[in-house]
Amino acid sequence: MITLSELSRIFTMGDQEVRALNRVNLQIDQGEYLSVMGPSGSGKSTLLNIIGLLDQPSSGTYLLENRDVTALSEAEQAKVRRERIGFIFQAFHLVPRLTAAENIELPLILEGLPPAERQARVAAALEQTDLVERAHHRPAELSGGQRQRVAIARATILKPAVLLADEPTGNLDHKTGAEVVELLEKLHHEGTTVIVVTHDRELGARAHRRIQMRDGEIVEDTSPKSQERRFAPSST
Amino acid sequence: MNLPDALTLSYRTVVSYRLRAVLILLAMALGVAAVVVLTALGDGARRFVVNQFASLGTNLIIVLPGRAETSGGFPGALTGQTPRDLTLDDAASIEGLRGVKRYAPLNVGASEISFGGRLREVNVLGSTADLIPIRHMRLAQGRFTAGGGPNPAEILLGATLARELFPAGDAMGQRVRLSDRRFRVAGVLAPQGESMGFNTDEIAIIPIDHAQSLFNTQTLFRILVEAQSRSAIEPVKASIRNTITLRHDGEEDITVITQDAVLSTFDRIFRALTFAVSGIAAISLAVAGILVMNVMLVAVSQRTAEIGLLKALGATRKDIKRLFLMETLWLALAGAAVGIALGYLGSLGLRLAYPQLPAYPPAWASLAAIATAFLTGMVASLLPASRAARLNPVLALSRR
Repeated sequence: MITLSELSRIFTMGDQEVRALNRVNLQIDQGEYLSVMGPSGSGKSTLLNIIGLLDQPSSGTYLLENRDVTALSEAEQAKVRRERIGFIFQAFHLVPRLTAAENIELPLILEGLPPAERQARVAAALEQTDLVERAHHRPAELSGGQRQRVAIARATILKPAVLLADEPTGNLDHKTGAEVVELLEKLHHEGTTVIVVTHDRELGARAHRRIQMRDGEIVEDTSPKSQERRFAPSST
Repeated sequence: MNLPDALTLSYRTVVSYRLRAVLILLAMALGVAAVVVLTALGDGARRFVVNQFASLGTNLIIVLPGRAETSGGFPGALTGQTPRDLTLDDAASIEGLRGVKRYAPLNVGASEISFGGRLREVNVLGSTADLIPIRHMRLAQGRFTAGGGPNPAEILLGATLARELFPAGDAMGQRVRLSDRRFRVAGVLAPQGESMGFNTDEIAIIPIDHAQSLFNTQTLFRILVEAQSRSAIEPVKASIRNTITLRHDGEEDITVITQDAVLSTFDRIFRALTFAVSGIAAISLAVAGILVMNVMLVAVSQRTAEIGLLKALGATRKDIKRLFLMETLWLALAGAAVGIALGYLGSLGLRLAYPQLPAYPPAWASLAAIATAFLTGMVASLLPASRAARLNPVLALSRR
């Protein structure tokens, strides 16, 4: 479903070039549960941003559902983000002046759905994430775990093909983090492709496929499909 | 994103930053109110002057004896002729002219008026009955019927004059003495006050034939002519000049002026003044616009993470631009509404403070103020909105 080939992302900092991603090849199938781990600056967030179309690769190709999405126009990319990709952030990124229900409704508004349909979908999502009682509270009145559940409900309300989670438990204590992970795994069981970027070994280990990154390259991949790249040398 | 949703969403944003909204709204409102009040003031002054002129008569043409020359002395200086008198017959010749609604010959003089033991100086107008409608005077009592021919010895008294001579208010039908002649009081003028330095409450009016014999003259002071319409003024002016020139053996020895010309000059001056004043007021709207721009730029940098989030959720650049533009749209609209209200209130205050000044804000000024507020808001938020739309989502989201 996701095919990255020879994908590079080069940032220019002053007169120095930083290769955040260096000719990465990666194939992810529908319904996979994948964790991306590695030290800070290894390029895992950049990888996530490119898969999520928030960033553009400097070279290489990225096929999402057999479509070269990097060639799309800005508005078309926005549409792909809206309908095919869900984001979950460490910092939750809820809009503080909107209630939980309204935050969840945002993607539906951006999609331009009629209010009646939006209400029904939001109600269902609240039910699914066990947030019905907190529906009309603002983020400031919610616990960390509840905020992240709101963010997950918002990310999945349009039934995206792939859910991208960047340190989803980074701001949560162990117990609430576990609840959030449980919710993510439930979504995985329902067929959503889940990609988790994390520092947390325990969380990373739960994924069915684990990718290790270092210096913009994939240095370890437990997937049988890319065996040949397992323990690949750190420079090519 | 739909337009109604964008409107709702941006409205929610506006009301959630209350202090910011109130401050921008106030700046906008003051700008709009300044435009409205100052145009009301300018237009009020214009109307005041126009009304003053209009109270002298409508579509008024004034015929004076003698030629106002800008060079060469007065006509006839070389030929030994003096200007011919303007006579009652000259006045009568105007009557039939095309476009003339009515005319009144006029003589003016000072005399002494007395009744019983009371006596005072008075300015006397000699004319015909048509003087009353031409000069927009009204009678409180009685009537005035003087024509061009011989008339009975009747007199109209100004309101103040009547009160002074007849404190009991029984002037009608009494005989007063003007110089050495006796006149019957046929009517009393309604109080009108002073207009253009001429107080109609202090005068007396007698038929033209009596005035000419009282002041021992055959020459009219002037002839007042009312044209049928504004557009008839110029043709009537020309035909009066022709007719009287013919009667005066081809010598153009009269001057014809129109109050209209003076009036339209004043009208133009005051309109220009109103525009200038409202233009100055509009500067405050521009200042408000700069404030809006500043505040919106701050808003964009404050809400960077939120903009990044919206992009991650699939908002297009257009969506984000639209959200920010609509925020200012709401503020501008609310500001304009409050400003109009303040402006009308201020104009009302002006009218209460200066009852003579018809300080009504003209409709165009209110519309222009709203449009300017709207435009200023849009222009001022264009830069912040497009800056928001162009934000790099990765950087925006990484900032906390």
